[in-house]
This record gives sequence, structure tokens and C-alpha cells, in this order.
Amino acid sequence: MQIWSPLYRPSIWSFRTSIGNREVGMDMWQVTTLAARIQESLLNQDFVRAGIFLGGGLAATVAAVSLLGLVLVYAERKVAAHFQCRLGPMRVGWHGVLQPIADGIKLFLKEDIIPTEADRLLFVLAPFFCILGMFLAILVLPVSPEIQIIDLDMGVIFLAAVSGFGVFGVLLGGWSSNNKWSMLGAMRAAAQIVSYEVSLTLALLVVVMFSGSLKMSEIIQSQAAGWWIWRAHGVGLVAFLVYVIASVAELNRAPFDLSEGESELTGGFHTEYSGLRFGLFFLAEFINMVLASAFAATFFLGGWMPFHLGDWQAFNAVMDRIPPLLWFVGKTSFMVFLFMWFRWTFPRLRVDQLMALEWKFLLPVSLVNLLVGAAVVLSGFYFFS
Amino acid sequence: MSLEIRTLSEIMNPPQTADSPLSTQEYFVNMGPQHPATHGVLRLVLKMDGETIREVIPVLGYIHRSIEKMAEYLHGRQIVHLTDRMDYLSALANNWAVSRAVETAMGVQTNPRIETIRTLICELQRVQSHQLWWGVLGLDLGALTSFFYGFRDREEITDILEETTGARLTMNYIQPGGLMFDLHPNFVPRVKAFIKYFRPKLDEYETLLSENVILQERLRNVGVLSAEDAIGYGATGPVLRASGIPLDLRKQQPYGVYDQVEFSVPVGTVGDCWDRYWIRIEEMRQSLGIIEQLIDNIPDGKFMEMKPAAKLKLPAGSFYLQIETARGSLGVFLQGTGEDIPHRCHFRSPNFNNLWSVTKTAVGGKIADLVAIVSTLDLVIPDVDR
Amino acid sequence: MTDAELFAKLQEVDARVVQLPNCRPLAVEVPVGFLLAFMGKLKSRPDLRFIQLLDHLAMDWPEKNEFELVYQLYSIEHDLLLAVHTRISRESPYALTMSRLWPIAQYQEREVFDLFGILYEGHPDLRRLFLEDDWVGFPLRKDYKDYFMLEMPE
Repeated sequence: MQIWSPLYRPSIWSFRTSIGNREVGMDMWQVTTLAARIQESLLNQDFVRAGIFLGGGLAATVAAVSLLGLVLVYAERKVAAHFQCRLGPMRVGWHGVLQPIADGIKLFLKEDIIPTEADRLLFVLAPFFCILGMFLAILVLPVSPEIQIIDLDMGVIFLAAVSGFGVFGVLLGGWSSNNKWSMLGAMRAAAQIVSYEVSLTLALLVVVMFSGSLKMSEIIQSQAAGWWIWRAHGVGLVAFLVYVIASVAELNRAPFDLSEGESELTGGFHTEYSGLRFGLFFLAEFINMVLASAFAATFFLGGWMPFHLGDWQAFNAVMDRIPPLLWFVGKTSFMVFLFMWFRWTFPRLRVDQLMALEWKFLLPVSLVNLLVGAAVVLSGFYFFS
Repeated sequence: MSLEIRTLSEIMNPPQTADSPLSTQEYFVNMGPQHPATHGVLRLVLKMDGETIREVIPVLGYIHRSIEKMAEYLHGRQIVHLTDRMDYLSALANNWAVSRAVETAMGVQTNPRIETIRTLICELQRVQSHQLWWGVLGLDLGALTSFFYGFRDREEITDILEETTGARLTMNYIQPGGLMFDLHPNFVPRVKAFIKYFRPKLDEYETLLSENVILQERLRNVGVLSAEDAIGYGATGPVLRASGIPLDLRKQQPYGVYDQVEFSVPVGTVGDCWDRYWIRIEEMRQSLGIIEQLIDNIPDGKFMEMKPAAKLKLPAGSFYLQIETARGSLGVFLQGTGEDIPHRCHFRSPNFNNLWSVTKTAVGGKIADLVAIVSTLDLVIPDVDR
Repeated sequence: MTDAELFAKLQEVDARVVQLPNCRPLAVEVPVGFLLAFMGKLKSRPDLRFIQLLDHLAMDWPEKNEFELVYQLYSIEHDLLLAVHTRISRESPYALTMSRLWPIAQYQEREVFDLFGILYEGHPDLRRLFLEDDWVGFPLRKDYKDYFMLEMPE
């Protein structure tokens, strides 16, 4: 596999070592995706197999998303509780593990209220836009070498395109509710997401530049000698921080939750939503948080790639013993915890301060960072290179 | 002579003019009566231009219980029971204000034990009230965690006061002529333990919120109330002191045993939300100091100077006495006619008077600023409406 | 400053003030016609400087057929408290607004208007404060009757 990159150093990437018949090194990560498997089956005219993959993949994704939603509701409540010197849910099941299911049943059974003056069609559609944006982003998410739906050549561009999709849902939901608070929330959300998209994409661009590829699997494999967060003389670290701040803003989570702003806008764009529709907004928020964490892990923390230190082969070999899926889950969980930590610690920004932070601080920082990153790439001087 | 009396709906629905379809429009939005940031049933009608506030019209009366009308049918000792329900976070100070007014009108002298205990528990409740305010301020600014920290520590004081007074919110403890009961034997050791517990927690408050950059950005230079406006709009308490007027009734017109204790009155310079914030934090420290000075020196004596069955005959004349509660000066006006029920009983509630500076300070700001301003004014709506 | 000294000062301001007996703090009565000018002087005189209007309230005296208005003033500079009383007729309850001297007066006057029906001339925004705009009657008047009010048992 030949990748064009100034980083490409055959001497690093082709090192091999053998631990009990397992080959360690870059070539060992044979990336397969669901799309490739379906394509292969179709080429072999094995339609049953293709159908099984298609249906199984679809079912697995939906099941994973639902399960993840439940787990996250529980996790958020527990994390929040322990930050706040209390225990959180304790009654339903052992330590309250069944609480999210009880919550889900409650949301299902609640009366579905649509305000009389609301635009019914858009009001009903809005939560699905949020969900749709979320599922589109899942398409390119590399969970492990074997688990990915499709490894697009322009994965990063695809991600940048669909990550702003959720704002349609927020905007439509706020507008169609016919409520001034919802409208204000929707307007805030639109302004905020459009603004922070810029820094977010610039931060991703730094990584694209380093790895020389837009393809998720190649971005991950380029981190075989070390993660981008610390390999590029601080450029990666700055880009990571910009990414984290911008993605918190994209997620509409505290301290950037102005579009909900329960103490200002009484719930913002979802003021008028109840029951299942509210649950969908909620689910989308939580899954988007996981996605942002997962992509932060992918771009800056090596994704499913184990923790490697240059060509310390023995160390790397030990690290390779831990399966990639575990690495991915660990890194993502850490990022999710970080997002929760933010939420339960910081006060909320004001709307003009939010815009000032983006346009007067984050954008210049990420532009300068991009230039410095370009210099690093041209000089070809990295740690462990 | 005739005056035109307007209605709220006339203000909120001005006559429509034929505008061009592209013209922008100022709109009205109701903040409250059910709104998370107004701490109760305060309704603020906001005239908005996008996110910017052009006019604030407070609409009151959603929890008006006609306490003043009821007080015209009750005698002095009974009025005390109504006052708990006004500013429920300073219930003891409210009790004390009415008791003082009745005592002054009747010329009753109380002994030092009564005055010391009154001072002590009122200072405890001032700390308690500020703890709740601190927690709710965090909540209003989007940091939910401080809410639980504030309530956790508030619970300690509530437990201490519950032991002595028998109630957790509406305490009914201070009566004209003395106190309802004597101190609980656990009171002194528990208060000492609480001071030991709470001093480090107060530093924790500072690290959690005060030193946060976002909080400072949200509070500094927001809702600036000049000294002139603060006086003109009748602000008292921490709101007035934040604007640079060192007026504290505990120093200015000492009552209780405040003339025997050492404490300082923090005074702000700018009059913005930040000044109001740190003044309350500092007041908690000062109150802890007062409690420390008094807790070992409670004199002996009776806890009630009047016979419980005695009729409280108010002499003819008007009496107006003030007390510094956690929110400002609470004035009680009693007009006696020689009967045991007052001809007129009026409460100058600190919240009612502090509220109106919003109409000046919030204009030109954002909704988020209004939330910060209302939060740092520390309003208790039942006291505004009475 | 003792009450006697303060009263002497007030008589310098306006000779028509009358001290009310048995009041705390010092209470003086001023005829309603001179009230606004008197208050203006109280606020601006350097040896008085009553710059804070603490409270404004009304009392109903049906047997005398008059309302009594009370203004509680405070001088921060000199630490003085003063109550200024005035009387107006119950048939035509008109008074002049103090909102030009103290902005808080307009809200306190709205409360008094709401509960007593006293009409303040020159008030910028005279509306009901606590009660609904269409409420009938003024509840703190002694003769106010409402169908849900209970008779107090003797």
C-alpha cells in the first residue's frame, strides 16, 4: 500500500517483529469495511451473503446507537451525580443500571403534544433531521480495522459536510414550534454551528496535512509511530484543543449550550417538544457527543491504533496485544468523559462572547496553527520520524 | 381632573402601523411567570430587538397573598407568623423585624440573652441564604454543579436551625418579647462544628466559580448600577453596597448585639454583577466571624420577657423599624390606635425595592445579562408580592 | 441629631410642618399642597439630604373620611430617618407624584394606587401592580368588600 505523504518513511512503517506468529507493524492492520464486504459478495454473485451483510450492518448500527443512547444517559447521570456529591439513579436495578430503560419507557408513553399554532409537518420532521445527520456521520466512523461501514476516499470532507446537518433539525424544530424562545434558540444554534464549523474544519485540515490523506483508515495508520496530538511539536496539540472546543460548541453542550440554555430560553429549540420527539433530540445529542469523541480519537489520538512509541518494537508489541476495539472504546470514553466534565463544571457563555471566542480567538489561532503545521510538514521533522 | 389608566395588554399590543415587508420589528416576549431563571413567579415582559433588550416591564402579583390586609385583622404576635412566608430565606429576620416594631411600640425591653440568640440565628440564616443564592447563581449561569454544593452546605444550617426552632423553612422562632423556645443543647457544639466545616468549603466555592474565567466574563461590567441610581431606585443591602455606598444597618443603626461584635462591611466600586457576587461571598465570611465571636458568649437569662397570654396593645402612633436581612433593609410600619390589632401594617420589602433597578440596568444587554442581573439581585418573589 | 433638632431644622424648611405624637422615627405632617416643594427641599438641602425614599404607603381612615400618605425618608449622609405624613380627601384621592425626585416612588405609588386607589398626577405609568387590570375596587381600603371575604368571628 503506497500512500503519498511527505511523512512516508519506509524505514519506520515496514518494521516487523514477530510475537508468537503475530506480525506486528503497519501491514498487519488489514482494513476491511462493511461496504467492501458487500461489494465482494456482489462481485461473487453471492446475493444472500450481501443481503445478510446489509441487513446485519443496518440492524447492528441501529442497535448500537440505541444501546449507546441508553448507556450514555446512564453514564451522564452518574458522572453528573458524582460531580455534584450525590449518587444519581440507584433504585432501578443494581446501582440504577435499568434507569435509562425506565426513562425510555416513560418517554414512549408520554402524550405527544404538537402546539396548535405549530407548522405540523416541519415540527414532526425536525427530530429526524437531527437523527439523519447523526447516522450519516456514523458511515465513515472507523471503530476498529474490521468494523467500519464505508471507508470513503474523501472521508474527512464527507464528515465536514454532514456534521453540520443536525443544525437543520434544530433550526426547523425551533422555527416550526412557533414559540419565540424556541426561535431564539434555533437562531443561536444556527449562528453558532455555522461559526464553529470553520475552526473545526481547520483543525481537521492540520491532521489531513500531516497524514496526507482524507481517508479515515489511512489517517489512523499514519499514526502508527505516534499519535498526532503529541507528534508534531505542539501543532497537533493546539489543533486538538481547537477541535475539542469547536466540537463542544457544535454539539450545543455546556458551556456552549446557548441554543437550549434552560435558564435563559427555557429549553430553547426543544421547548415545545415532548415524549418521543424530545427523546429523539436527546438521543441525537448524546450520539453526536460520542461521534465527536470518536472522531477526536481518530484524528488526534490514533483511533483504534494502539499506543506506539516510534520504533520501540518491544513496547509496541506489548501494546499491540490490546485489541484495537478496546483502544478505540477507551479513547472515545475518555473524550466522552471530558465532554461531560466540561458540562458539569463550566458556566454558560453569553451569545456575543461565544461569537467573539470563535471569530476573534479560535479562528486566528487555528489559521496560525495551520501555517505552522505546513512548515512542520514541509520540513518533514516529527518526533519519532 | 382625570387620569388615564393604561393596561398591560395595551402596552404589549401597540397599534399596528403599515410597515414595508422588509422592516424589522421589535417584539415582546414573556420571561416568566413560569421561567427557570426568575426564581419563582416573577414575570418580566421584555421588549426585544433580536437578542438585545430594549425595555423591561416587571409584572407582579402572581404570588400576592395580601399579607398586609390579613395583618389588619391580627394582633402583633400573630402577624409574626405571616412574615415567615414573605422572604422565606430570611424568615428569622422577618420575625425579628415585626417583633422589634411591636416591642418598640409597646416599650418592651429584652434581655441580652434574647438579643444574642436573635443575632446568632439571624447571622446563621444570612449565611444560609447566601449559600442558596450562590448555588442558584451557578444554576442560572449554566453551571448546575454549584447548585448542589450550595444546597449540601445549606442543609447543615437547616438541620441546626430545625433542632432549635422546630422548622426548616418557616421558623416562627422570634416572638415579640423574646423567643418561642430556648436554644437546643446541641446548638452550640453543632454551630462550632459547622464553622469548622464551612470555612474550607467557602474556599472551595471560590475555586469552583469565582476563579472561573467564563463566570467573570459573564459578571464583570454587566448590569452596572451607579451609586446615584442605586439610591434613587431604593436599592438596599448588598445591591446598594456593591454600588459603593457603605450602608449596612447593622453598623449604621445597630440593633441586637451588633454593636458588640467586630465585623467589616464589604463595599464594591463598580456596581456590576461581579461586585454583587463577591460582596455576598465576603459577607458569608463576615457572618461566620460574627457567629464565632458570639457562640461562646451567650449570656444567661430568660428567653421570653412577656407573658404569652398578655394582650399586645399597640399605642396610638406610627412606628417604622428596619432590619438588615440577607437581601437588604426590611422595614415594618405599624400604625397603632390603642387596640391590640394594628390599624395598618406595612412591610417595606427589600426585594420589592431592589427589583426595579432591572428596568434600568438590563436595557441594552442580552437575555443572558438579564439572567445574571436578576440572579445577583437575589430576588425572593414572595417577598416582592407579599 | 435628636428628634427635636431635626424638627427645628424642618421648621426652617417650612414653618407649616406639624410633629405627630408618639411616633418612631420622627414623623411630621405637611399639608398636601406644599408636599412636593417640601420634599424637594428635604432632598436637596445639604444639612438634610434625604436622598433615599425608603417606603411609601397609605392608610385609610374612613371615620375621618381621609387617606393618610406616609413617606419614609432616609439620609445616608447624616444617618437620619424621617416620616412625612400628609392627608388627602377620600372623595377625590389625588396626590402629586414624587417620581421626579426618587425613581422608586413611581413603583411604590403604583402599589398604593393598586391597593388604595390613590391617583398620582404626573405619574409616568400609572397601572395596577399586583392585581389584574380589570380588578374592581381597592382591597386595602377599610370598606372593601368581596364575596369571598369572611367575617371575622367575635
